[in-house]
Amino acid sequence: MKQEAQVGKFVGRPMERVEDASLLAGQALFCDDLPVRPDTLHAAILRSPHAHAEIVSIDTTAALAQPGVVAVLTGKEIKEDSDPFLMVLRVPMDQWSLAIDRVRFVGEAVAVVVAKDRYLAEDALDHIKVVYKPLPAVIAPLDAAKDGAPLVHPAAGSNVVSTRHFSYGEPDKAFAEADRVVELTIDYPRNSQTPLEGYIVVADYRREDKIYDVLSNFQGPFTVHPVMSKALRVKGPQLRMRSPAYSGGGFGTKQAIFPYVVLMCIASRRVGRPVKWVEDRLENLTAAIAAPNRIIRGQAAVMNDGKVIGLRFDQLDDYGAYLRPPMPGPLYRQHGIMTGGYDVKHMTITNRLVMTNKTPSGMVRGFGGPQIYYGLERLMQRVAVELGMDHLDLIRRNLIPAGSFPYRAAAGALLDSGDYQLAVEIATRDGKLDELKRRREQARSEGRLYGIGFAVIVEPAQSNMGYLSTINTVEERHRAGPKGGNVAYATVNVDALGGVSVTADSLPQGQGHATVLTQVVADELGIEPREITCNMERDTLRDPWSIATGNYSSRFSSATAPAARLASRKVRAKLARIAAHTLKTSPDKIVFSEGKIYSMDDPQTTLRFSRVAGTAHWSPGELPPGMEPGISEVGVWSAPELEPPNDADQINTSLTYGFVFDYCGVEVDRDTGRVRIDRYVTMHDSGKLLNPLLADGQVYGGYAWGIGAALSEEFVYGEDGSFLSGTFADYLCPTACEVPEPLILHMESPSPFTPLGAKGIGEGNVMSTPVCIANAVADATGVKDLRLPLTPSKLAALIQGEEPARPQAKAAAPSHPAPAKIRGKSLQGEGTAFVPCPPAQVWQTLLDPDKLAKVIPGCHKLELVGPNSYRADLSLGVGAVRGRFEARVSLTELDPPKTAVISGGLQGPLGSSNGGGNIRLEAVEGGTRVSYDYGFDISGKVAAVGGRMLDGTARVLMNQFFQRLGALTGAPEVSTAAPSWWRRLLKLLGIAP
Amino acid sequence: MKPSAFEYIRPGSLGEALDCLKRYGEDARIIAGGLSLVPAMNYRLVQPKVLIDIADIKELDTVRLDADHIEVGAAATQARLLAWPELATASPLLAKALPHVGHFQTRSRGTVCGSIAHSDPSSELPLCLATLGGSVILRSKTASREVGAADFQLGLMHTARKSDEMVMAVRFPLRQRGAGYAFHEMAERQGDLAICAVAAKVTKRAIRLGVGGVAEKPAVREWNDLADSDLDAALNQFAWDLEAGDDTHGTAVYRRQLVRRLGRRAILEARECRN
Repeated sequence: MKQEAQVGKFVGRPMERVEDASLLAGQALFCDDLPVRPDTLHAAILRSPHAHAEIVSIDTTAALAQPGVVAVLTGKEIKEDSDPFLMVLRVPMDQWSLAIDRVRFVGEAVAVVVAKDRYLAEDALDHIKVVYKPLPAVIAPLDAAKDGAPLVHPAAGSNVVSTRHFSYGEPDKAFAEADRVVELTIDYPRNSQTPLEGYIVVADYRREDKIYDVLSNFQGPFTVHPVMSKALRVKGPQLRMRSPAYSGGGFGTKQAIFPYVVLMCIASRRVGRPVKWVEDRLENLTAAIAAPNRIIRGQAAVMNDGKVIGLRFDQLDDYGAYLRPPMPGPLYRQHGIMTGGYDVKHMTITNRLVMTNKTPSGMVRGFGGPQIYYGLERLMQRVAVELGMDHLDLIRRNLIPAGSFPYRAAAGALLDSGDYQLAVEIATRDGKLDELKRRREQARSEGRLYGIGFAVIVEPAQSNMGYLSTINTVEERHRAGPKGGNVAYATVNVDALGGVSVTADSLPQGQGHATVLTQVVADELGIEPREITCNMERDTLRDPWSIATGNYSSRFSSATAPAARLASRKVRAKLARIAAHTLKTSPDKIVFSEGKIYSMDDPQTTLRFSRVAGTAHWSPGELPPGMEPGISEVGVWSAPELEPPNDADQINTSLTYGFVFDYCGVEVDRDTGRVRIDRYVTMHDSGKLLNPLLADGQVYGGYAWGIGAALSEEFVYGEDGSFLSGTFADYLCPTACEVPEPLILHMESPSPFTPLGAKGIGEGNVMSTPVCIANAVADATGVKDLRLPLTPSKLAALIQGEEPARPQAKAAAPSHPAPAKIRGKSLQGEGTAFVPCPPAQVWQTLLDPDKLAKVIPGCHKLELVGPNSYRADLSLGVGAVRGRFEARVSLTELDPPKTAVISGGLQGPLGSSNGGGNIRLEAVEGGTRVSYDYGFDISGKVAAVGGRMLDGTARVLMNQFFQRLGALTGAPEVSTAAPSWWRRLLKLLGIAP
Repeated sequence: MKPSAFEYIRPGSLGEALDCLKRYGEDARIIAGGLSLVPAMNYRLVQPKVLIDIADIKELDTVRLDADHIEVGAAATQARLLAWPELATASPLLAKALPHVGHFQTRSRGTVCGSIAHSDPSSELPLCLATLGGSVILRSKTASREVGAADFQLGLMHTARKSDEMVMAVRFPLRQRGAGYAFHEMAERQGDLAICAVAAKVTKRAIRLGVGGVAEKPAVREWNDLADSDLDAALNQFAWDLEAGDDTHGTAVYRRQLVRRLGRRAILEARECRN
């Protein structure tokens, strides 16, 4: 399509957001604020404390008897009422809305309680008794991909559930001819973007209509609507999805609300009343969604002059425990543009998709981009280092030449427009790169660690709905039929008094879409933006929608906004015909301006916009012959450039491609490892900017998150699969203090493929900022392997070298429990304690259930359940923090009174633990030396929110144990050191901070 | 993340509050700002049966300069202490440390005594109290006692407070003539709990250094007549003695390095600040 009007009266102007007044005044209603029916019930979800376990049994009897509880649902009911979710891949990896028979990640929903209010529902969760049989968990993607690894889905036969190899150009030849090959492997971590409001679902099964009526903050894509309706075994119209106009933030993550929509629909049908569920922060961080972590082995075939002639990428993308549609989108969404901003003709890509015992991956702003560009741009920095070239010179040498647009990239992307060289030129000039280099020189001369980093990003927008079919082979695609395109809808209505309203399919999550729609429509109809009212709610039983509907892939400016323009053009054409009829002229002479309509031949004779519009409502008889009355027009837009993948596996994955060039100066503190961003410059060419204020808002947001990803945000898992980042004190989003003001620069190369010339701008910095900062840190420190986030602790280890040795121990310093070594949340430790009575007496105490009960801190009841096997009720904790646990412990390999092995586990509402250890008694002068070692895993809520305290808690409990042991054996005092077989108890103890 | 059911009492006088504590003992918790307590309740890590809110007890909302100390009452917020005009001269260490306590917003609710009573190993105020050798006033219905910082905080969130006692006030010794003070902290973000925080007091003869965030409670060490050339060795010894552990925010090695390096920074700064 040809570029049409570039500049309108309002489009392109930095207009303030029409949304802000209600947001700033606290008047905007978010999903949780909206009224519900008075008889609505509330749901709370019981979640797995285990990364991988068999569900042996679930007993809901006691929970059902709790006050206010109406129903408790488990996998059994879900299996009766629904089918597993559809998947992109045909691999047997069924997922339902509750776990069935097996849990596969910490936080997986196991049961749901429906009660009169959320408090009572949560009270009842503690009374559901689930017996788990823990299974080995597989967490690291490389481990999961190994032969013989524990299988997340045994029926799938492997954790690697998809492998595809792609080759473009003549990569082997390029690598053979290259002067050198530069290689880098990156391990991109798990992270997400965290909305203020989590998932909200209000489901109401209307029995008389056989309709599931759902209010939720679902943001699309509506490709998952059929996933939900199929799971519920209903036709599309029987699942009515309504989303409110205001969202508490999305960043893509609201896509993965769909299992909960199905769960609450089933719950509502079972109880015969509406059911509301509000995701809390712990649930959101633990179980909502994560961007896939990815391992990329990248290779560049390079000539000595810096020209990169070939690339190889071997990607292993980790989708967690289930493949939820539209996964594995992040692995393919940018497939066509894996060469980034560079002119490289020869490339291979190997994509492997691996399952692990972690939270399922899903849509997160950037959608694969941060991973890809971390691989590509770190590799380019390494090329510069290995060639001894200036990084920016290397970039310049390889950029796609100006004047070659539209440019077909090796893997199929059709880059619409741009002048990358000019962008770099403007950015280095206006951002004062020279000055930054002088600062680096100055800092280095003072012995400080200062570096400059660069990043080049091509920012795709408006995904080709056919890109995911690239995961299938050519033959499979031929069988399934072609998939492509991206259909957008907008509606413009004009009422009888000339009032204009707009609805659209973009489900905004705070971006300001309504503002831009008023600008677009106002330009077409010759009225003021403030005269136009937008309704951004979406209702699948009322509004037009397509599978592409939703807020993702930066599609608003290149898809929905053009649809709104098409709709307003239809309105304009109709009004022009009416006016021409009245003014006795032809429609092509009609002018719309400042609320008036007139003929260009006679500007003095004007009709009021409202008058013309009124004709269509009040006097159909006055309309031109053949015209339908009323004014409500739907604009539908789909770009022809979005073709299905071809038989060479080339795919134009997106419609438009913006350009981002970032650089920054950072300093790394030698003492603390802290990274300080000295200056950050971000240059954008996003085509025509519809509203520069909103564009800058998108840049700020993406940049702020990019800093988080670079420096602090990660979902951390223990080796056992326990989840360790369950609070905002552990998952560290940057605050205003951590986000220095960037310099934002723009240039505009309008896209020829979209009517408004606009591209996307919502995701660029999400891709550029993490790697730009990492490249600067690499420049400052000289370190090659940098794994995000670059936390102070991690960087300190890289720059400080060996720490000073422990001074020679003074003889017989008072023994203290050895610090636990935490790997993930596997607590391991060892220690010794002195008990002033003979080993036989200690032994006897430890084997006597009555005495043992007195020694174990917080033990309410201890019973013998078999030879040297105990079951105990414990209340464990420190200070006011306390939790109830059921412990099962047994002693084996007894060698009285010398050694024993302890093993067992703990379970309670706060989490669970399993482990074991050894205890040794040794007669020493005046008593017994007890030596012990232990190792146990802690999982569930306590690991997620209390990680900082676990080590200390374990030590406190051990001390208490030995104090009590000493007291019981009649000793006046015990030098605390360590526990023993008790350690299992201890491990139990350790569980409860 | 909803707390379990509890009873809420908002006494209008100190006597009434102490009656309640006497009556409910272990089952009750005093709430002031609630910044540590409420999240723990929402996670159900803490499940008090009764909350006694002291917000209405005016006599506890005090910051007072006494002969040799500053006394801060149980209801006084951190913001109030930070805004107290005499703080910088009365206690340079507190003036340097308080901006690290959370954020502007949290300090406006969080109380000084609440932080002391909670005794998180990483929080700044218990560290200052320990380093300065301050004390805590504990009051029950029948008695009142003053406990030194070292005897008050016994371990990880564990204090000498008895179940019928409340932290009535906390006393920070006044700036000592001829002494210099410094505070440094490493946290991943501004306002986070410290991975390691150090508080230093340096006089002509003595160096006193407190370290938070590394051991189960603030650790304080004092050196007399320490030669400059021995400073690093002394800090290294201290770092190793704290038996640091790993968590997701920092390794044990990192914590020891911070004790050495931030400790050195703080001592040098405090020395500069002597008057």
